[in-house]
Amino acid sequence: MCLAVPGKIVEVTEGDPLLRSAKVSFAGVVKQVSLTCTPEAKLGDYVLVHVGVAISTIDPQEAAETFKYLKAMGELDGLDPAQMEASPP
Amino acid sequence: MKYVDEYRDAGLVRGLADAIARTVTQPWTIMEICGGQTHAIVKFGLDDLLPPAITLVHGPGCPVCVTSADLIDTAVDLALQHRVILCSFGDMLRVPGNGIDLLTAKARGGDIRIVYSPLDAVALAREHPGREVVFFAVGFETTAPANAMAVLRAEREGVRNFSLLTSHVLVPPAMRAILGAPDNRVQGFLAAGHVCTIMGVQEYGPIARDHHAPIIITGFEPVDILEGILLCVKQLESGRAEVENAYSRAVRTEGNVHARGIVERVFVVADRDWRGLGVIPASGLAVRPEYAAYDALRRFPCAACAARAASECISGEIMRGVKKPHHCPAFGTRCTPEHPLGAPMVSSEGACAAYHRYRARAA
Ligand code: SF4
Repeated sequence: MCLAVPGKIVEVTEGDPLLRSAKVSFAGVVKQVSLTCTPEAKLGDYVLVHVGVAISTIDPQEAAETFKYLKAMGELDGLDPAQMEASPP
Repeated sequence: MKYVDEYRDAGLVRGLADAIARTVTQPWTIMEICGGQTHAIVKFGLDDLLPPAITLVHGPGCPVCVTSADLIDTAVDLALQHRVILCSFGDMLRVPGNGIDLLTAKARGGDIRIVYSPLDAVALAREHPGREVVFFAVGFETTAPANAMAVLRAEREGVRNFSLLTSHVLVPPAMRAILGAPDNRVQGFLAAGHVCTIMGVQEYGPIARDHHAPIIITGFEPVDILEGILLCVKQLESGRAEVENAYSRAVRTEGNVHARGIVERVFVVADRDWRGLGVIPASGLAVRPEYAAYDALRRFPCAACAARAASECISGEIMRGVKKPHHCPAFGTRCTPEHPLGAPMVSSEGACAAYHRYRARAA
Protein backbone atom coordinates (compact mmCIF):
# COMPACT_ATOMS: atom_id res chain seq x y z
CA MET A 1 0.00 0.00 0.00
CA CYS A 2 2.84 2.41 0.81
CA LEU A 3 4.52 1.28 -2.37
CA ALA A 4 6.37 4.14 -4.03
CA VAL A 5 8.33 3.69 -7.22
CA PRO A 6 11.32 5.73 -8.41
CA GLY A 7 11.01 7.31 -11.84
CA LYS A 8 12.77 9.98 -13.89
CA ILE A 9 11.16 13.32 -14.71
CA VAL A 10 11.09 13.73 -18.49
CA GLU A 11 8.84 16.78 -18.79
CA VAL A 12 7.56 19.38 -16.33
CA THR A 13 4.30 21.31 -16.60
CA GLU A 14 4.72 24.47 -14.51
CA GLY A 15 1.85 26.53 -13.14
CA ASP A 16 -0.20 26.80 -9.97
CA PRO A 17 1.73 24.94 -7.22
CA LEU A 18 -1.36 22.83 -6.55
CA LEU A 19 -1.43 21.70 -10.16
CA ARG A 20 2.30 21.50 -11.00
CA SER A 21 2.96 18.16 -12.57
CA ALA A 22 5.37 16.14 -14.64
CA LYS A 23 5.66 13.26 -17.01
CA VAL A 24 7.67 10.63 -15.19
CA SER A 25 9.26 7.63 -16.86
CA PHE A 26 9.31 4.31 -15.01
CA ALA A 27 11.71 2.22 -17.08
CA GLY A 28 10.01 3.52 -20.22
CA VAL A 29 6.40 3.61 -19.00
CA VAL A 30 5.44 7.29 -18.75
CA LYS A 31 2.83 8.59 -16.30
CA GLN A 32 1.51 12.00 -15.31
CA VAL A 33 2.55 12.73 -11.72
CA SER A 34 1.78 15.60 -9.35
CA LEU A 35 4.80 17.64 -8.19
CA THR A 36 2.87 19.63 -5.59
CA CYS A 37 4.71 17.96 -2.70
CA THR A 38 8.12 18.26 -4.36
CA PRO A 39 8.42 21.87 -5.57
CA GLU A 40 12.20 21.43 -5.80
CA ALA A 41 11.93 18.61 -8.36
CA LYS A 42 13.18 19.47 -11.83
CA LEU A 43 13.71 17.93 -15.22
CA GLY A 44 16.02 14.91 -15.03
CA ASP A 45 15.52 14.34 -11.29
CA TYR A 46 14.43 11.00 -9.93
CA VAL A 47 11.29 11.15 -7.81
CA LEU A 48 9.58 8.58 -5.64
CA VAL A 49 5.97 8.29 -6.78
CA HIS A 50 3.08 7.06 -4.68
CA VAL A 51 -0.54 6.98 -5.99
CA GLY A 52 0.17 9.61 -8.62
CA VAL A 53 2.04 11.99 -6.34
CA ALA A 54 5.80 12.52 -6.14
CA ILE A 55 6.48 12.28 -2.40
CA SER A 56 10.23 12.85 -2.51
CA THR A 57 13.14 13.52 -4.80
CA ILE A 58 15.84 10.88 -4.59
CA ASP A 59 19.10 12.30 -3.34
CA PRO A 60 21.76 10.95 -5.73
CA GLN A 61 24.59 11.77 -3.36
CA GLU A 62 23.02 9.93 -0.43
CA ALA A 63 22.27 7.02 -2.73
CA ALA A 64 25.89 6.89 -3.90
CA GLU A 65 27.23 7.08 -0.37
CA THR A 66 24.94 4.36 0.93
CA PHE A 67 26.06 2.25 -1.92
CA LYS A 68 29.72 2.80 -1.23
CA TYR A 69 29.08 1.85 2.39
CA LEU A 70 27.22 -1.28 1.41
CA LYS A 71 29.93 -2.34 -1.00
CA ALA A 72 32.56 -1.71 1.65
CA MET A 73 30.61 -3.84 4.09
CA GLY A 74 30.67 -6.72 1.61
CA GLU A 75 34.43 -6.33 1.19
CA LEU A 76 35.03 -6.01 4.91
CA ASP A 77 33.69 -9.53 5.15
CA GLY A 78 35.62 -11.33 7.88
CA LEU A 79 37.43 -8.24 9.13
CA ASP A 80 37.49 -6.79 12.60
CA PRO A 81 33.93 -5.73 13.61
CA ALA A 82 35.29 -2.58 15.22
CA GLN A 83 36.33 -1.46 11.78
CA MET A 84 32.81 -2.11 10.48
CA GLU A 85 31.34 0.04 13.21
CA ALA A 86 33.62 2.84 12.13
CA SER A 87 32.19 3.06 8.62
CA PRO A 88 29.56 5.78 8.25
CA PRO A 89 25.96 4.55 8.25
CA MET B 1 15.55 0.43 -13.42
CA LYS B 2 17.77 2.93 -11.62
CA TYR B 3 17.46 2.92 -7.80
CA VAL B 4 15.79 -0.48 -8.01
CA ASP B 5 18.03 -2.99 -9.77
CA GLU B 6 21.20 -2.22 -7.84
CA TYR B 7 19.28 -2.72 -4.59
CA ARG B 8 18.45 -6.24 -5.70
CA ASP B 9 22.06 -7.16 -6.42
CA ALA B 10 22.53 -10.79 -5.44
CA GLY B 11 26.14 -10.32 -4.35
CA LEU B 12 25.26 -7.45 -2.03
CA VAL B 13 22.32 -9.37 -0.63
CA ARG B 14 24.58 -12.29 0.19
CA GLY B 15 27.24 -10.04 1.67
CA LEU B 16 24.71 -8.42 3.97
CA ALA B 17 23.19 -11.73 5.01
CA ASP B 18 26.70 -12.94 5.91
CA ALA B 19 27.40 -9.78 7.86
CA ILE B 20 24.18 -10.32 9.84
CA ALA B 21 25.13 -13.94 10.55
CA ARG B 22 28.53 -12.84 11.84
CA THR B 23 27.04 -10.20 14.09
CA VAL B 24 24.36 -12.28 15.80
CA THR B 25 25.22 -14.04 19.05
CA GLN B 26 21.73 -14.60 20.51
CA PRO B 27 18.06 -14.70 19.42
CA TRP B 28 16.35 -11.44 18.45
CA THR B 29 12.85 -10.61 17.30
CA ILE B 30 12.53 -7.73 14.86
CA MET B 31 9.33 -6.32 13.40
CA GLU B 32 9.04 -4.68 10.02
CA ILE B 33 6.14 -2.33 10.36
CA CYS B 34 5.24 -1.86 6.73
CA GLY B 35 3.27 -4.32 4.63
CA GLY B 36 5.38 -3.33 1.61
CA GLN B 37 8.45 -4.59 3.41
CA THR B 38 6.65 -7.75 4.50
CA HIS B 39 5.78 -8.32 0.88
CA ALA B 40 9.41 -7.88 -0.23
CA ILE B 41 10.74 -10.13 2.56
CA VAL B 42 8.45 -12.96 1.56
CA LYS B 43 8.74 -12.35 -2.19
CA PHE B 44 12.54 -12.42 -2.17
CA GLY B 45 12.80 -15.07 0.56
CA LEU B 46 14.93 -12.75 2.69
CA ASP B 47 13.88 -14.45 5.92
CA ASP B 48 15.42 -17.67 4.60
CA LEU B 49 18.77 -15.93 4.25
CA LEU B 50 18.85 -14.93 7.90
CA PRO B 51 20.43 -16.94 10.69
CA PRO B 52 17.81 -18.91 12.69
CA ALA B 53 18.43 -16.69 15.71
CA ILE B 54 16.65 -13.81 13.95
CA THR B 55 12.89 -13.88 13.92
CA LEU B 56 11.07 -11.39 11.73
CA VAL B 57 7.52 -10.62 12.78
CA HIS B 58 5.19 -8.67 10.60
CA GLY B 59 3.60 -5.46 11.72
CA PRO B 60 0.17 -3.95 11.19
CA GLY B 61 1.45 -1.89 8.28
CA CYS B 62 -1.26 -2.75 5.82
CA PRO B 63 -3.90 -0.02 5.82
CA VAL B 64 -6.31 -2.28 4.02
CA CYS B 65 -6.01 -4.89 6.76
CA VAL B 66 -6.55 -2.47 9.62
CA THR B 67 -9.57 -0.66 8.15
CA SER B 68 -12.48 -1.44 10.44
CA ALA B 69 -15.35 -3.61 9.29
CA ASP B 70 -17.75 -0.80 10.23
CA LEU B 71 -16.11 1.48 7.73
CA ILE B 72 -16.41 -1.11 4.98
CA ASP B 73 -20.11 -1.38 5.81
CA THR B 74 -20.29 2.37 5.41
CA ALA B 75 -18.65 2.19 1.99
CA VAL B 76 -21.09 -0.52 0.92
CA ASP B 77 -23.95 1.59 2.21
CA LEU B 78 -22.77 4.65 0.31
CA ALA B 79 -22.62 2.64 -2.90
CA LEU B 80 -25.91 0.77 -2.55
CA GLN B 81 -28.17 3.14 -0.59
CA HIS B 82 -26.81 6.54 -1.48
CA ARG B 83 -25.94 5.45 -5.03
CA VAL B 84 -22.64 7.32 -5.04
CA ILE B 85 -19.75 6.48 -7.35
CA LEU B 86 -17.48 4.85 -4.80
CA CYS B 87 -13.81 4.97 -5.77
CA SER B 88 -11.22 2.83 -4.07
CA PHE B 89 -7.83 1.26 -4.45
CA GLY B 90 -8.31 -2.22 -5.86
CA ASP B 91 -7.20 -4.15 -2.80
CA MET B 92 -10.09 -2.83 -0.68
CA LEU B 93 -12.72 -4.61 -2.74
CA ARG B 94 -12.43 -8.05 -1.21
CA VAL B 95 -12.03 -7.04 2.41
CA PRO B 96 -15.05 -8.28 4.35
CA GLY B 97 -17.18 -5.92 6.34
CA ASN B 98 -19.70 -7.11 8.90
CA GLY B 99 -21.98 -7.79 5.94
CA ILE B 100 -20.84 -7.95 2.34
CA ASP B 101 -17.62 -6.75 0.73
CA LEU B 102 -17.37 -4.07 -1.95
CA LEU B 103 -16.99 -6.57 -4.75
CA THR B 104 -20.34 -8.11 -3.84
CA ALA B 105 -21.83 -4.63 -3.61
CA LYS B 106 -20.55 -4.01 -7.13
CA ALA B 107 -22.16 -7.22 -8.35
CA ARG B 108 -25.41 -6.00 -6.81
CA GLY B 109 -25.31 -2.86 -8.90
CA GLY B 110 -23.17 -0.55 -6.81
CA ASP B 111 -21.12 1.85 -8.93
CA ILE B 112 -17.73 0.95 -7.49
CA ARG B 113 -14.63 1.93 -9.41
CA ILE B 114 -10.99 1.16 -8.91
CA VAL B 115 -8.72 4.16 -9.29
CA TYR B 116 -4.96 4.49 -9.19
CA SER B 117 -4.92 7.85 -7.42
CA PRO B 118 -7.36 9.96 -5.38
CA LEU B 119 -6.71 12.67 -7.96
CA ASP B 120 -8.37 10.39 -10.53
CA ALA B 121 -11.45 10.33 -8.31
CA VAL B 122 -11.57 14.14 -8.39
CA ALA B 123 -11.38 14.01 -12.18
CA LEU B 124 -14.25 11.53 -12.17
CA ALA B 125 -16.31 13.92 -10.04
CA ARG B 126 -15.59 16.70 -12.51
CA GLU B 127 -16.79 14.51 -15.37
CA HIS B 128 -19.98 13.49 -13.54
CA PRO B 129 -21.33 16.70 -12.00
CA GLY B 130 -24.72 15.08 -11.45
CA ARG B 131 -23.33 12.26 -9.29
CA GLU B 132 -21.73 12.15 -5.87
CA VAL B 133 -18.21 10.70 -5.95
CA VAL B 134 -16.68 9.31 -2.75
CA PHE B 135 -13.07 8.21 -2.49
CA PHE B 136 -12.38 5.53 0.11
CA ALA B 137 -9.26 7.13 1.58
CA VAL B 138 -7.35 4.41 3.36
CA GLY B 139 -3.67 4.64 4.06
CA PHE B 140 -0.80 5.66 6.27
CA GLU B 141 1.11 8.92 6.37
CA THR B 142 2.51 8.05 2.93
CA THR B 143 -0.90 8.33 1.28
CA ALA B 144 -2.24 11.24 3.31
CA PRO B 145 -0.69 13.98 1.11
CA ALA B 146 -2.36 12.57 -2.02
CA ASN B 147 -5.73 12.38 -0.27
CA ALA B 148 -5.37 15.87 1.16
CA MET B 149 -4.41 17.18 -2.28
CA ALA B 150 -7.55 15.64 -3.73
CA VAL B 151 -9.61 17.75 -1.33
CA LEU B 152 -7.61 20.91 -2.07
CA ARG B 153 -7.91 20.36 -5.82
CA ALA B 154 -11.64 19.77 -5.58
CA GLU B 155 -11.92 22.99 -3.61
CA ARG B 156 -9.75 24.93 -6.05
CA GLU B 157 -11.66 23.66 -9.07
CA GLY B 158 -15.07 24.13 -7.49
CA VAL B 159 -15.83 20.41 -7.63
CA ARG B 160 -18.54 20.06 -5.00
CA ASN B 161 -19.65 16.48 -5.57
CA PHE B 162 -16.46 14.93 -4.19
CA SER B 163 -15.78 13.67 -0.69
CA LEU B 164 -13.50 11.33 1.24
CA LEU B 165 -14.45 8.34 3.36
CA THR B 166 -11.40 8.46 5.56
CA SER B 167 -9.68 5.56 7.25
CA HIS B 168 -6.29 7.10 7.77
CA VAL B 169 -3.93 5.52 10.27
CA LEU B 170 -0.65 6.71 11.77
CA VAL B 171 2.34 4.48 12.38
CA PRO B 172 4.04 5.75 15.57
CA PRO B 173 1.01 5.25 17.85
CA ALA B 174 0.70 1.68 16.58
CA MET B 175 4.38 1.05 17.34
CA ARG B 176 3.88 2.32 20.85
CA ALA B 177 0.79 0.15 21.27
CA ILE B 178 2.76 -2.91 20.15
CA LEU B 179 5.79 -2.21 22.32
CA GLY B 180 3.63 -1.40 25.31
CA ALA B 181 1.51 -4.54 25.19
CA PRO B 182 2.19 -6.96 28.07
CA ASP B 183 2.80 -9.84 25.68
CA ASN B 184 5.11 -7.90 23.36
CA ARG B 185 8.04 -9.82 21.85
CA VAL B 186 9.33 -7.15 19.49
CA GLN B 187 12.85 -5.96 20.39
CA GLY B 188 13.63 -3.78 17.40
CA PHE B 189 11.81 -2.16 14.49
CA LEU B 190 12.36 -1.55 10.84
CA ALA B 191 10.38 1.66 10.45
CA ALA B 192 8.39 2.23 7.29
CA GLY B 193 10.59 4.17 4.89
CA HIS B 194 7.92 5.93 2.90
CA VAL B 195 5.99 6.99 5.96
CA CYS B 196 9.22 8.67 7.08
CA THR B 197 9.67 10.23 3.65
CA ILE B 198 6.64 12.34 4.57
CA MET B 199 6.94 12.59 8.36
CA GLY B 200 10.69 12.58 8.92
CA VAL B 201 12.37 10.71 11.75
CA GLN B 202 11.79 12.88 14.81
CA GLU B 203 8.76 10.97 16.10
CA TYR B 204 10.83 7.84 16.64
CA GLY B 205 13.50 9.01 19.08
CA PRO B 206 11.14 9.07 22.08
CA ILE B 207 9.71 5.65 21.15
CA ALA B 208 13.19 4.12 20.91
CA ARG B 209 14.13 5.66 24.25
CA ASP B 210 10.93 4.89 26.16
CA HIS B 211 10.82 1.26 25.08
CA HIS B 212 14.56 0.72 24.66
CA ALA B 213 14.08 -0.57 21.12
CA PRO B 214 16.28 0.31 18.15
CA ILE B 215 14.37 1.75 15.21
CA ILE B 216 15.89 1.67 11.75
CA ILE B 217 14.28 3.69 8.96
CA THR B 218 14.34 1.16 6.15
CA GLY B 219 13.61 1.06 2.42
CA PHE B 220 11.87 -1.60 0.42
CA GLU B 221 14.35 -3.39 -1.79
CA PRO B 222 16.16 -6.54 -0.61
CA VAL B 223 19.44 -4.70 0.01
CA ASP B 224 17.60 -1.96 1.93
CA ILE B 225 15.82 -4.47 4.15
CA LEU B 226 18.91 -6.51 4.94
CA GLU B 227 20.84 -3.34 5.70
CA GLY B 228 18.04 -2.34 8.08
CA ILE B 229 18.20 -5.73 9.78
CA LEU B 230 21.99 -5.56 10.06
CA LEU B 231 21.91 -2.11 11.68
CA CYS B 232 19.15 -3.26 14.02
CA VAL B 233 21.04 -6.40 15.04
CA LYS B 234 24.23 -4.42 15.65
CA GLN B 235 22.34 -2.13 18.01
CA LEU B 236 20.62 -5.02 19.78
CA GLU B 237 23.90 -6.86 20.24
CA SER B 238 25.57 -3.80 21.70
CA GLY B 239 22.61 -2.83 23.89
CA ARG B 240 21.87 0.42 22.05
CA ALA B 241 18.38 1.71 21.20
CA GLU B 242 18.70 4.53 18.71
CA VAL B 243 17.04 5.76 15.55
CA GLU B 244 19.10 5.23 12.41
CA ASN B 245 18.23 6.20 8.88
CA ALA B 246 19.13 3.47 6.41
CA TYR B 247 17.03 5.05 3.67
CA SER B 248 18.68 8.42 3.36
CA ARG B 249 18.26 8.59 -0.40
CA ALA B 250 14.53 9.13 0.15
CA VAL B 251 14.16 10.18 3.81
CA ARG B 252 15.33 13.57 5.08
CA THR B 253 15.46 14.06 8.83
CA GLU B 254 12.66 16.62 8.68
CA GLY B 255 10.58 14.61 6.19
CA ASN B 256 8.76 16.39 3.39
CA VAL B 257 7.60 19.68 4.86
CA HIS B 258 5.49 20.58 1.82
CA ALA B 259 3.60 17.32 1.98
CA ARG B 260 3.11 17.64 5.72
CA GLY B 261 1.77 21.16 5.31
CA ILE B 262 -0.83 19.91 2.86
CA VAL B 263 -1.83 17.07 5.18
CA GLU B 264 -2.18 19.43 8.13
CA ARG B 265 -4.39 21.79 6.16
CA VAL B 266 -6.97 19.11 5.48
CA PHE B 267 -6.65 16.54 8.26
CA VAL B 268 -6.55 16.53 12.02
CA VAL B 269 -5.28 13.77 14.31
CA ALA B 270 -8.11 11.63 15.71
CA ASP B 271 -8.63 8.36 17.53
CA ARG B 272 -8.91 5.41 15.19
CA ASP B 273 -10.35 1.93 15.45
CA TRP B 274 -7.79 -0.51 14.02
CA ARG B 275 -9.17 -3.80 12.87
CA GLY B 276 -7.52 -6.38 15.08
CA LEU B 277 -5.96 -3.90 17.47
CA GLY B 278 -8.95 -1.90 18.65
CA VAL B 279 -9.16 1.81 19.23
CA ILE B 280 -5.76 3.49 19.58
CA PRO B 281 -5.88 7.09 20.81
CA ALA B 282 -4.65 9.76 18.37
CA SER B 283 -3.70 7.12 15.83
CA GLY B 284 -5.51 8.34 12.74
CA LEU B 285 -6.47 11.31 10.65
CA ALA B 286 -9.95 12.76 10.17
CA VAL B 287 -11.07 15.53 7.83
CA ARG B 288 -10.88 18.91 9.56
CA PRO B 289 -14.18 20.63 10.36
CA GLU B 290 -13.25 23.40 7.88
CA TYR B 291 -13.41 20.79 5.13
CA ALA B 292 -16.54 19.05 6.39
CA ALA B 293 -18.11 19.46 2.94
CA TYR B 294 -15.52 16.97 1.67
CA ASP B 295 -16.11 14.48 4.47
CA ALA B 296 -18.38 11.63 3.38
CA LEU B 297 -19.24 10.74 6.98
CA ARG B 298 -20.73 14.18 7.33
CA ARG B 299 -22.32 14.45 3.89
CA PHE B 300 -24.19 11.18 4.04
CA PRO B 301 -25.80 10.60 7.38
CA CYS B 302 -26.81 6.97 7.58
CA ALA B 303 -26.98 4.17 10.07
CA ALA B 304 -23.70 2.62 9.07
CA CYS B 305 -21.97 6.00 9.00
CA ALA B 306 -23.22 6.77 12.46
CA ALA B 307 -22.10 3.39 13.73
CA ARG B 308 -18.68 3.98 12.26
CA ALA B 309 -18.41 7.54 13.41
CA ALA B 310 -19.41 6.47 16.88
CA SER B 311 -16.07 4.77 17.21
CA GLU B 312 -14.51 8.20 16.73
CA CYS B 313 -16.35 9.16 19.88
CA ILE B 314 -13.96 9.76 22.73
CA SER B 315 -16.68 9.57 25.34
CA GLY B 316 -14.67 6.99 27.30
CA GLU B 317 -11.83 9.43 27.77
CA ILE B 318 -14.20 12.27 28.52
CA MET B 319 -15.85 10.21 31.21
CA ARG B 320 -12.52 9.24 32.69
CA GLY B 321 -11.63 12.89 32.85
CA VAL B 322 -8.73 12.51 30.46
CA LYS B 323 -10.22 14.74 27.79
CA LYS B 324 -12.87 17.40 27.35
CA PRO B 325 -15.60 17.46 24.72
CA HIS B 326 -13.87 20.00 22.51
CA HIS B 327 -10.91 17.63 22.24
CA CYS B 328 -13.16 15.32 20.26
CA PRO B 329 -12.61 15.84 16.52
CA ALA B 330 -16.29 15.20 15.85
CA PHE B 331 -17.49 17.73 18.40
CA GLY B 332 -19.79 20.30 16.87
CA THR B 333 -19.16 19.07 13.34
CA ARG B 334 -20.00 15.44 12.72
CA CYS B 335 -21.51 15.24 16.17
CA THR B 336 -24.21 17.69 17.22
CA PRO B 337 -27.35 17.33 19.38
CA GLU B 338 -29.35 17.00 16.13
CA HIS B 339 -27.02 14.24 14.86
CA PRO B 340 -25.31 12.78 17.91
CA LEU B 341 -22.54 10.25 17.47
CA GLY B 342 -22.10 9.44 21.11
CA ALA B 343 -24.12 9.24 24.25
CA PRO B 344 -22.71 12.41 25.87
CA MET B 345 -24.14 14.45 22.99
CA VAL B 346 -27.60 12.88 23.28
CA SER B 347 -28.51 13.43 26.86
CA SER B 348 -28.97 17.01 27.95
CA GLU B 349 -26.88 16.13 30.95
CA GLY B 350 -24.09 14.79 28.80
CA ALA B 351 -20.86 16.74 28.85
CA CYS B 352 -20.75 17.13 25.09
CA ALA B 353 -24.31 18.40 24.79
CA ALA B 354 -23.60 20.85 27.62
CA TYR B 355 -20.47 22.14 26.00
CA HIS B 356 -22.22 22.36 22.67
CA ARG B 357 -25.06 24.35 24.13
CA TYR B 358 -23.09 26.66 26.37
CA ARG B 359 -19.63 26.92 25.01
CA ALA B 360 -20.07 26.09 21.33
CA ARG B 361 -16.74 26.08 19.55
CA ALA B 362 -15.08 28.63 21.70
CA ALA B 363 -14.37 25.94 24.29
S1 SF4 C 1 -20.56 12.44 21.97
FE1 SF4 C 1 -19.93 13.47 20.18
S2 SF4 C 1 -18.78 15.19 20.88
FE2 SF4 C 1 -18.93 13.79 22.57
S3 SF4 C 1 -17.14 12.57 22.49
FE3 SF4 C 1 -18.68 11.49 21.37
S4 SF4 C 1 -18.46 12.13 19.29
FE4 SF4 C 1 -17.34 13.55 20.53
